[in-house]
Formats: sequence, C-alpha cells, structure tokens
Amino acid sequence: MTKKQKKTLRRILGSVVLFAVVWAVTALASLPPWGEFLLYLLPYALIGWDILWKAVRNILNGQVFDENFLMALATVGAFGCGEYREGVAVMLFYQVGELFQSVAVSRSRASIAQLMDIRPDSANVERDGQVVTVDPEEVTVDEIIVIRAGERVPLDGTVVEGASSLDTAALTGESMPRDVAAGDEVVSGCVNLSGLLRVKVSRPFGESTVAKILDLVENSAAKKAKAEHFITKFARYYTPTVVLCAVALAVLPPLLGLGAWRTWVLRALNFLVVSCPCALVISIPLSFFGGIGGASRQGILVKGGNYLEALAKAGTVVFDKTGTLTQGRFAVTEVSPVGMDREELLELAAQAEQFSNHPIARSILTAWGGIPNRDRVAQVEELAGRGLRVQVDGRMVLAGNERLLTENGMVLPEQPEAPGTVIHLAVEGRYAGRLVISDQLKPGAREAIQALKAAGVGRTVMLTGDSEAAGQAAARELGLDQVYAQLLPGDKVDRVEALLAEKTPGHTLVYVGDGINDAPVLSRADVGVAMGAMGSDAAIEAADVVLMDDDLRKLSRAVAIARKTMTIVKENTVFAIGVKLAVLALSAAGLVGLWWAVFADVGVSVIAILNSSRMLKAH
Amino acid sequence: MKKTFRMMDLDCANCAAKMERAIQNIDGVTSATVSFMTQKLTLEADDARFDQIVKEAVKACKKVEPDCEIVVK
Repeated sequence: MTKKQKKTLRRILGSVVLFAVVWAVTALASLPPWGEFLLYLLPYALIGWDILWKAVRNILNGQVFDENFLMALATVGAFGCGEYREGVAVMLFYQVGELFQSVAVSRSRASIAQLMDIRPDSANVERDGQVVTVDPEEVTVDEIIVIRAGERVPLDGTVVEGASSLDTAALTGESMPRDVAAGDEVVSGCVNLSGLLRVKVSRPFGESTVAKILDLVENSAAKKAKAEHFITKFARYYTPTVVLCAVALAVLPPLLGLGAWRTWVLRALNFLVVSCPCALVISIPLSFFGGIGGASRQGILVKGGNYLEALAKAGTVVFDKTGTLTQGRFAVTEVSPVGMDREELLELAAQAEQFSNHPIARSILTAWGGIPNRDRVAQVEELAGRGLRVQVDGRMVLAGNERLLTENGMVLPEQPEAPGTVIHLAVEGRYAGRLVISDQLKPGAREAIQALKAAGVGRTVMLTGDSEAAGQAAARELGLDQVYAQLLPGDKVDRVEALLAEKTPGHTLVYVGDGINDAPVLSRADVGVAMGAMGSDAAIEAADVVLMDDDLRKLSRAVAIARKTMTIVKENTVFAIGVKLAVLALSAAGLVGLWWAVFADVGVSVIAILNSSRMLKAH
Repeated sequence: MKKTFRMMDLDCANCAAKMERAIQNIDGVTSATVSFMTQKLTLEADDARFDQIVKEAVKACKKVEPDCEIVVK
C-alpha cells in the first residue's frame, strides 16, 4: 500500500469507531432529532470531507456528472431525509470500495511492471584499461562491456571473448539456455548464467532490443480495442441518463400523487449512487493490459488491445513458408542414382558444385560429407537459370535443372514430382540420376497448426515462392488446408487481399511471416505476426504481434491468451451492466436500499477488477 | 508530432476517459489517448502549435481532476 492508501485506511478505521460510538449513544439515550443529526455529522465529516470538497471544486469547474458530486448529493440527500445512518454508511462503504479499487489497480500495475522487469540497471564498460559501472544509456557503440555471471546483458552486441550460456526467458519465455561464444551476438535483456563475457556493443541503448520491447509494451495501451471504446462511449451516456432518471423518479411520482416525496427521493438517491460507470471503465482496460502483459512474459509482444481483440477472432491463418513453417535450411532429402551407386552420385554432385556458395550447393556438400578436391575439376561453366557444365576427372558432367539436360539432347526418365528443388546429373551425355533438396520443416510446426485448428481456426493457408510440388508436400505433412505456390513477392499481397475478401464476417485474417521480406503483407492483414524477431528491428516495426523466438506453437498460445482476455472482458461487461440495471430496477420499485446501491457501484468494481487480474496470474 | 507524457496521481478511470475526450476536442489535436493503467497520455498534434496544445491539454485535465499532474518535460 502507498502512503496515501494507508492514510485512507486509518481514516476509514477511525470513522468506523466513531460511527459505532455515535450509533451506541443514539440507541441508548433518547436525543432530539437535531442532536442525532449533529452527532452523526461527526463521522460523516471525518469520512466524507474530501468527497464533499472535491464535489464543490469540480462543480465549479463545470463537471456536473462527477462521481464525487453524485456521491455527495446522495449522502447529503440521505441526511436531508433523516436517514443519518444510511448517509454515513454509504459514504463509508464508498471509501472502502475506492480504497480497495486503488489497491487492486496498483497491485496490477506493480505485477505488470514486474513482468516487464528486463531493464538493465547498469553496464560495466572498459575505459582506459579500467572497468567502470555506468548507466547503459551512457555506453556508446563499439565500446567493450564486461558481463559477469548472474548479470543482465545491458546492451546488444557481439561477444569478443569468453563463453557462457544465456537465459533468454525474460524475452522469449523459453527456459532452455542459449550457449554463446566469441563471435556470437548477444541480445540485451538476457541473463548471463555462467561465464564472464566481453562484448562489443553494436547499438546504443535507445535502439537496443530491451528498449524496443519496453517501449512497445508500454505504448500498447495507447492502441485501444473496440471494447474499450465501447465502454468509454457507454460511460459517457450512462451517467447523464441515470441522473436524469433519478430526477424524474424523485419528482414525477409524488406530483402524480403516487406516494410521499420522501419515499421517492430516497429511491432516486439510489440511482445517483449507481450512476458511476467506474467498474467498467477500470476493468476493461485492465483486462487488456493484463493480457498484453501476460503474453509478453511468454515472448509474445502484442502492440495493442485492438490486436488482441482481432487475434481472438482469428478465422483464417496464412503462413509464409520459408523461415516460418520451415527452418530456411536446405538439406538433401532424396538421392536417386541411375547406373551408379548413391555415394558415387553424391560425390559427383559435390565435386561439381564445390565452387558455388549457393545454399543448395552447400547442402549437397554437407550431405556428401567429404572434402572436395579442386584439382579433379576443370572448365567450370555456369549456365544462368540452368545449372553447371563442368569437367570432373576428365569427364563432362552436367548438373542442373530439367531444362539444362533437355537442351543438351537428353530425355529424362519418368519420375515422380519432387517435393523440393531438383538437381539432375548427367555424365558424358548419359543420365546419372537426381538429387532432391528441400527445406526442413520446423519442429513443432505440425502441432502448432493442429492446435490452431483445435482452437477453431477454420482455414489455414500457406503461401510460397517454391514449386507446386514442394508446397503441396509441405502442406500435406503439416496438415494445412490450402497452398498457393510459385508466388512472386508481389503476388503475396494480392493473395492476402483475395483471402481477406473471402473470409467469413466476424472473423479476422492473421498473417504469419518472418517479417523481413513481407512487411507489405504484414500490414495488409488484420493481424500481422512476425516470428523469430529477437534482434530484427524490421520485423518488430512491421508487425502487430511479434513472436520473439522461432517457436510456432507460441501462435496458438497467443490466440488462447487473446480469447481468454476477451472472455473476461465480456464477463465484466455483462456482469457490471447487468447488476447495475438490476439494482436500478429494484431501487425504482423500492425493494432495495442505499446499501445495495453502494454494492452495485464499488462492489461490482472490485469484483470486476479481481476477475481481470486473473489475466495476470494465469501463467 | 507525437509525444507521450506521464501522468501523476491519475486515480480515477472515468476521469481518464473524460480527459481523453476533452483533449481530443482541442483544436489541432490529431489523436489523444489517456491510459489509466499505464498513467500515460499519448498526444499527436500540429507541430507548429504543439507547445500551445500541450498547455491546453494540461488545463483540460486540471478541470477534470485538479489533483492530477501531467509531467511536461
């Protein structure tokens, strides 16, 4: 509790005691009405002076529907009707509720601050042969910082000396430590677990990963969800409407001769107490804030409540293939020799391709595993868009696509369509077989897609620049519904446009990419998700939701968090509005007193806040 | 120009909503959000009149909740 809250608590306790004493005195001694009035005025003044003061001040500022004013009016009204006890009690409960609310809100704020506690306090920088401890903001690019075991990495950089393992959990939610050694990049916000590291700083603190993440999460509250706008709009009309109803209720029935003035005025006072929309106005943003905070704890950064809302309604999920569903690492997945054995074909291909730096050539060399001999190869000739013509051990070898071989007068045997890039080989004009090189699927990709389907995502689509066969093969293995293959980068935007037009109303389209080449698509989708973004600025900028590491399963977790947030938002909205309307109806009928009205105001707020704070504890 | 300000002692959620509306109605403001949870004001407004607009925003907030302080750096 803060100082201010403790002070309020003491004031409440003091008022309770005073109230009890006054109650006892008035019950034992028979006092004249004005004596009772004066006695009850004491606890009332003690507990309510600040509300009365604010009410006067705010009304002078033209704030008619101010909650302090309404509460003051209600309690003064109760006193005026001779209901001294109710007057004091309502003010007392109102203050208790406000205190409770204030404590609950500061707790939520604190626990979110704790979630985001990745800001490094200091950096140890080497200057003039000495290690000095400074604020991370004072370190400049290319300076050398020292990170000891147990310390947080303060700035992004490259390890120049030392080896250690890093705990990335604060950034990615992943508990598996990451090993780093000289030459590796380290990202700020991680914790150095074991060894001493010397790191050359690559970016100033303001541009570091940690600063970006904190900035993003802190500013996420500025992008409000539709539900939040609805609530503020509702609040705007709710209070004046209820207050007008109160006036009508106090005046009309007695004028029509339906009862005494006092009865109806007391009922109208109930309306004034219920008219504050605080329960809603606090709990809805709190739920979104909690959802965003909880997600960031798991390495899922959501840039605003509006995206959380859209993510909860995900109906179509579109994936980019390379780097998202696959690792972007090529490997030889098929070796089909003709007239020679497997090893021979691999060796031949490896020797032929040894001078190329293309990832496909590299994967062939990796698959072969031997060390190529440059003396065995001569007359290397690259044929653009086709492949290579090269002499290996004096024999003429062709290595490349179908076109290369047919153009050289060869007829290829009937073969099944390959799920990847195909390298055909021919020796001295005779077909020697083929290699198929494909991208490796990401571990967990299949489970991730199943989890999305289980969560009710109706349509999963893959976009790829690869061949139809490669695309289909990957889609089958992953259990995707649809593939669009052989797309150029520009085609992806058109595809997503078309898919957006096809989606069912009420659902959203989520696009998942690596965030490097697909910024236009990311911004076109309802929700753009970038993966593996740790250290990639472009991805963090372009996307609406950022998955800090490579794990696709985080996507379904993000959808689950979004859905849970929306459930709580709906629960709170229905509960708060429902209770308020019920109490208004019962008050009008004279069935409930001021006590219930106070419950409908602060009691409901507190319950709604507690419900929202589940978002923070769920993980 | 877009800028974020910290708000001290923003104690009431409904007040935050009222301030937001009041600031949005100031001439020259493109967008304004007041977040009760993060206790921050995000203001986007005309560059030329920015300082003037900030002053008006502070005034508007004072009117709603005199105890709340906008930290203008």
